[in-house]
Amino acid sequence: MQQGFKMQTRLRWLGDKTATFLAVLSTILVILPLVAIFVYLILKGAHSLNLAFFTQIPKPVGEVGGGMANAIVGSVTLLVIASLLGVPIGIGGGIYLAEFGRGTKFANAVRFTADVLNGVPSIVMGLAAYALIVVPQHHFSALAGGVALGIMMIPTVCRTTEEMLLMVPHAVREAALGLGVPNWRSVLSITVKTASPGIITGCMLAFARVAGETAPLIFTALGNDFWSTSLNEPIAALPLQIYVYAISPYDDWHRLAWAGSLVLIVLIVLAVALVRFVTSRGVLKGAS
Amino acid sequence: MGVGIEVTNLNAWYGANHTLQDINLNIPANHATALIGPSGCGKSTFVRCLNRMHETNPIARVTGTVRMGDLDIYQDTTPVEIRRRVGMVFQRPNPFPTMSIYDNVAAGLKLNGYSNRRALDEIVEKSLKNSALWDEVKDDLKKKSGASLSGGQQQRLCIARALAVDPEVLLMDEPASALDPVSTSKIEDLIFQLKSQYTIVIVTHNMQQAARVAEKTGFFLNGRMVEFDSTHKIFTNPSDKRTEDYITGRFG
Repeated sequence: MQQGFKMQTRLRWLGDKTATFLAVLSTILVILPLVAIFVYLILKGAHSLNLAFFTQIPKPVGEVGGGMANAIVGSVTLLVIASLLGVPIGIGGGIYLAEFGRGTKFANAVRFTADVLNGVPSIVMGLAAYALIVVPQHHFSALAGGVALGIMMIPTVCRTTEEMLLMVPHAVREAALGLGVPNWRSVLSITVKTASPGIITGCMLAFARVAGETAPLIFTALGNDFWSTSLNEPIAALPLQIYVYAISPYDDWHRLAWAGSLVLIVLIVLAVALVRFVTSRGVLKGAS
Repeated sequence: MGVGIEVTNLNAWYGANHTLQDINLNIPANHATALIGPSGCGKSTFVRCLNRMHETNPIARVTGTVRMGDLDIYQDTTPVEIRRRVGMVFQRPNPFPTMSIYDNVAAGLKLNGYSNRRALDEIVEKSLKNSALWDEVKDDLKKKSGASLSGGQQQRLCIARALAVDPEVLLMDEPASALDPVSTSKIEDLIFQLKSQYTIVIVTHNMQQAARVAEKTGFFLNGRMVEFDSTHKIFTNPSDKRTEDYITGRFG
């Protein structure tokens, strides 16, 4: 009896340690690729980063030096347009799906469409923006690129918003309704607010995903070797510039492509960190 | 001041399930009325019909009349309107997790567009004092989240939140069933104090609790109200055999 008990305790100890080890191992495996990419980018790209990279536009072929200032500004412009389009429409759609349209045929159709849209290859999104904006305007533009990225953001933002709203406990909604708060007010001020950390995470995921997209920009924003901040002109973008430089035969351009990749990742990390910082202020002690 | 409630031929359904059948009942103003009965007997559905929360469920349906004073709550008014006059405290404490203690209490007023800050401060203080929570939270009203309080404190916070909109009736659906004995006795003391100003309807599984706080008690069984009388009569000399079986613990 005593013996059996000891044996069982030892087995449990072993099981506990094995499970913990496996969990830690999986965590490392998840983080490893990210860390590896980041370290590799720093090794390859950091020494090409200098003031010129952030202040100059690309030099013509054959001349050494130059930078990606126009592409950095272009990427920021495109992402602002994309977010202005994708975040409100996505969140609005998510609120409809979770709060007002639940169970209706229309909502089911919208949900299904959003899922399909999520799986559509990004180059097809570029085609859609091409047909919608470039063809009628007869020229490539920053606007078309931003719209292509914005459409890509909508399904991700929409579905995460819906999921996060559905996770808000029923009791919280009832509490608001029980106080004589109209339903629309309760949805906006209570349910959405309670779900907002998750909704913000969804927006950041969608943002980070489209920030690195190249394909939808090829025949919308096109790319630009010169300064342009006009929404009506073709505009440079980091992923496009990296793509062009990386497949070029020049060593100098390869170095710039590495530096561009590093800057792109750092920009995404900074944007996500900034949003997290801004939205985490004012959170109360003990709030879940 | 509280108002009496007159319920006539109330029937309620969830889908095809006839959960309340022909309920007739007069709930006196400024008294506590307890509703007892086994799980699933319809007593929770009944209180949810008194502030029209029942109909927030899309498959729910109600017929019959409920009068509060001169008002027929199903004919003369909207659900939003009636819920401002009939506060509700739920079984599990449900403070708004993202709001401070202060904002939780002020929520009902703020969300309805009330913004006089001085008056809000006064109402919040008065409501928290009425719910016997003020002394425990007055130093971190705006610093701490409502969710950071203990379960018993959260429930008193929810009572303060319901009181802040100045209702005439307070519905309590098993308000102490998720709490420990000390918190439970605080809630009971509170009901005792509040019933001079409000009409209180309390659903409870705890028969001692009904006996301690309520003047009137109704016994529900299988969607019908079997007996409604003074609490003393129900617990010492019930008229119906089924009431007697239930309170002596022979079933349920």
